Amino acid sequence: MKFRERIYIAITALAVVIVVGLLFFIIFDIFKNGIGVISWEFISQPPREGMTKGGIFPALYGTLLRTLLMLIFVVPVGIFTAVYLNEYGRGKRFSKWIRLAINNLASIPSIVFGLFGLGFFVLFLRLGAGLLSAALTVGLLTLPLVVVSTEEALKAVPNSYREAGFALGATKWQVIKMIVLPQALPGILTGAILSVSRGMGEVAPILFTGVAYYLPYLPSSIFDQFMDLGYHIYIMTTQSFNVELTKPIQYGSTLVLLMLTFSLNIVAILIRSKIRRGRIG
Amino acid sequence: MEAKERIAYIVISLLASIAIISVILIFIFIAKESLLVFFNPEIKKEANLRIFFSTRDWQPVGLEPKYSFIPLIIGTLKVTLVAIMVALPLSLGSAIFTAEFAPRRLREVIKPIIELFSAIPSVVLGFFALMVIASWVQNIFHTSSRLNAVTAGFALAFAVIPITYTICEDALNTVPRELKEASIALGATRWQTTVRVVLPSASGGIFAGIMLGLARAMGETMIVLMVSGNAAQITWSFLDSVRTIPATIAAEMGEVAFGGAHYATLFFLGLLLFSITFIINYIASILLERTQKRLRGEK
Repeated sequence: MKFRERIYIAITALAVVIVVGLLFFIIFDIFKNGIGVISWEFISQPPREGMTKGGIFPALYGTLLRTLLMLIFVVPVGIFTAVYLNEYGRGKRFSKWIRLAINNLASIPSIVFGLFGLGFFVLFLRLGAGLLSAALTVGLLTLPLVVVSTEEALKAVPNSYREAGFALGATKWQVIKMIVLPQALPGILTGAILSVSRGMGEVAPILFTGVAYYLPYLPSSIFDQFMDLGYHIYIMTTQSFNVELTKPIQYGSTLVLLMLTFSLNIVAILIRSKIRRGRIG
Repeated sequence: MEAKERIAYIVISLLASIAIISVILIFIFIAKESLLVFFNPEIKKEANLRIFFSTRDWQPVGLEPKYSFIPLIIGTLKVTLVAIMVALPLSLGSAIFTAEFAPRRLREVIKPIIELFSAIPSVVLGFFALMVIASWVQNIFHTSSRLNAVTAGFALAFAVIPITYTICEDALNTVPRELKEASIALGATRWQTTVRVVLPSASGGIFAGIMLGLARAMGETMIVLMVSGNAAQITWSFLDSVRTIPATIAAEMGEVAFGGAHYATLFFLGLLLFSITFIINYIASILLERTQKRLRGEK
């Protein structure tokens, strides 16, 4: 190989080194500055003294609650959209439309979801700005993740399984319910985990649909406003009256959010690679 | 038994149609609120197409609100340009190395690691940019303000890289083995094969990856909201603070009177953003489909 070509190849390798290096540097920086702040108190206590001291409990609670609500909406819709695409709608025009819509949803900027959430859920349906509106808005944003993962899992179920079911006299729905879905469970789980990971970190869609700067109490119904971890990071870094003073809290909150989304993503990747290996072996 | 099957089919079809209904509703509701600038006589006086595109100031709060889109469009273009200029060489270079030169073992490690980038929430990227990148940019360019188009563009690149990388890498991977083998058999080196055979065959997919990266950069909200400085101004320097379209919506929608001129204008900006990203995505998806068909040998 010519010397010059080795250099070119080395340059492409350098690109990988830079990208991976940056990724590790981001994680390292946040870990290094955030780990000292995290304690049981930080996780379990509310902010104190104008949010310059104390913990992040209400923000964490709000994020988890709105994500849980989102799951209740997005998982069944996502699963059955995929079931339709793979089991009922093969080659139908309706499937083409659904696919187009899913691709579209995946590409709409998150702030546009926020506007829609405000216009539709908050104002038009009169759900008000609260957990439910925010959860539904973020749910639409993460719907494509669940559909794509589930469909991939459904595709991986061998056709002979379905045929065996039919041969035993099972109906289509019975085959789906008792054979296909259980077989595809790990893939469905992957999709759900990815949607949680993505949904938890999203801030733009919840800005106008229910998040609050500070609340002295926890939300008690799905129509209540809530605090949110990602939004908390945003306001602490940009709206706080003393940004320097609250830096440790900012790093701590960021580390908590990053650990949540990251660990969930890694779990999803592990499940996925296990499925793929299982299929080959 | 029949009835149960029918019910299952109907319920599943209904749930599946939610995606379609949502997209239609999103379009209708964004359009409905923004069309106030055409049909509401009160609002029309303050905010209309002429004001949006032929005046120069964005000052929505004050006795005499000014709603020019020009500084916002320029701001959005600036950060997008920086983001693409940073992200493209890094993601394309990484994609070429992963798809063409990395040993298989290494490849299986690199790809998921780079894709992990997309697991970082944009607010976290924004925070990191605020704490670290902003200081880098200030030290390198000696700017007065830490927050400017270069800082925001750099930070945005982190959001663009996983998208562009994944799509480029997939495109390079769909180039059939036979093409490469033929080129090598003719005496070409691996690098020549990559540049003259693989890259041109995958060019459609690579272009699609760039476009989707562009759309991502334009639509990203939290990163630019945190590190662009948010000053709406018409200048040509990339080291000035900028205000982008999504950041404007995010920063101002919380404080407007619902149904007023400012409200309608922000929705109009949303409609603009939605339309641009929609068109970019549509073109990218056609490109991707065409490249895949061609590489599979169907014409």
